[in-house]
Amino acid sequence: MSLLNIRWFKYSSPPAFYPLAGRMIPYFAVAATLLIAAGLYLGFFEAPTDFQQGEAYRIIFIHVPAAWMSMFLYLLMAGYAALALGLNARLSAMMAASLAPTGALFTLIALLTGSFWGKPMWGAWWVWDARLTSELILLFLYIGYLSLQSAIEDRRRADRASAVFALVGVVNVPIIYFSVKWWNTLHQGASISLTKAPAMAHTMLLAMLVMALGFWMYSIAVVLMRVRCVIAEREREAGWMRDRVESD
Amino acid sequence: MHWESLQAFLHMGGYAGYVWGSYGATAALLLLEVWLLKRRAAAFKRKKDEE
Amino acid sequence: MMWLGLLRRELLLVLRHGSDVTAVLFFFVIAVSLFPLGLGAEPNLLRQVAPGVVWVSALLSAMLSLGRLFAADHADGTLEQIVLSPLPLVLSVAAKILGHWLVSGLPLVLLAPLLGLQFDLPVHELGILTLSLLLGTPVLSLIGAIGAALTLGVRGGGVLVAILVLPLYIPVLIFGAGAVTSSAAGLGAQGGLSLVGAMLVLAAVFAPLATAAALRIAME
Repeated sequence: MSLLNIRWFKYSSPPAFYPLAGRMIPYFAVAATLLIAAGLYLGFFEAPTDFQQGEAYRIIFIHVPAAWMSMFLYLLMAGYAALALGLNARLSAMMAASLAPTGALFTLIALLTGSFWGKPMWGAWWVWDARLTSELILLFLYIGYLSLQSAIEDRRRADRASAVFALVGVVNVPIIYFSVKWWNTLHQGASISLTKAPAMAHTMLLAMLVMALGFWMYSIAVVLMRVRCVIAEREREAGWMRDRVESD
Repeated sequence: MHWESLQAFLHMGGYAGYVWGSYGATAALLLLEVWLLKRRAAAFKRKKDEE
Repeated sequence: MMWLGLLRRELLLVLRHGSDVTAVLFFFVIAVSLFPLGLGAEPNLLRQVAPGVVWVSALLSAMLSLGRLFAADHADGTLEQIVLSPLPLVLSVAAKILGHWLVSGLPLVLLAPLLGLQFDLPVHELGILTLSLLLGTPVLSLIGAIGAALTLGVRGGGVLVAILVLPLYIPVLIFGAGAVTSSAAGLGAQGGLSLVGAMLVLAAVFAPLATAAALRIAME
């Protein structure tokens, strides 16, 4: 059966997506493990020592991929939010809600590793550079989304309200980033960039990319796990859920 | 990248605390996320079986 | 005509409950005064932090006043009437936001020069500060309205609105306070002020739409 013959739309309903997601998770989990292992190998055994930053720069192999994921997942979340509002699709709303915690987690990881990188390099546990500050504000946006989700008791209203907030947030992200850069140059003149990565050797860039792919595979696996939980919990009373024999 | 010894690898040029701290915290957080999700699924399954 | 009627109603209601307005003003004054008490009254320091302090206090004051935007009308059923009325919800929302700003934002703008004097800001910077707030406080009302609509009737609303809205306020804060700071540094205020102006235009166009959508969602 060719890919074109599969009626993809049938998977947009929770009862159909639930088992599909369950079957997909192991593949993404394995892919994540392999890619992260490969990335770690490249980062520690292929990439050379940096001339200026010594071995401390190796934090970059987590910091940058995590930052990329934090932004990518937010975009994805906003995309599903748009679908949820535009098409009134239940599953899209559930996907947006499932993406948020993982996105917030990667934002947190980016901030923590940024801090750990900053201390030896710049002497302080926090530096108000443009990238880190923007990342901090992104965390605030995630927190806002999650808070709104948990504060509203009516599920449908919670989904739609947080979808609106996600879209308002995504429009603001470039504005926020621009304003923080503006702020940085205003107050510090020559902009200090904490995350001014060392001149990239091939291997460094490759390691970062592989780690990023690994994080992406991990995110897919984890988000699918979460959306299955969300589907199960919300559809608990539905006929199809009650009839299911849990095979996993 | 050739490390002179396991000692040198662990030492990370003096930055062991920062480097291993970062990797350790990241691993811990990611594993925590997976563990919490597994717990959530198991809790649901338990509740469902009780019904 | 209906639109003006709605605006008039907003203003009348507020004048009837004048204490709401003065409470926000008092908060603004007190908040600004807290900073020298916390930081020490060294004149050079105060002059430097003045733009940020006044702006942050204005921001917090605006946020505190958001509760009044929709809550009262929601409680007595008027909001439902507004949503159902033939006047497009976007326009009704715009009227409410304008009314809100005239009562909660404009007073801050008028008070700001006096507070700036407490920090020994030079006259030129006082003018920039006032202008930046004149352009910026409407943005605060516009963006804040989205937050107020999203959290309508939600438990823990006040703090929740803050969590939602403060990150979105950050660009206006940066440009507004930055305009004054760069003026004081001799770099001119045009950059910052035009950026605040740009945000005002964007917010004026999009915020009422988002707010109307949020209101509909809240009232389903």
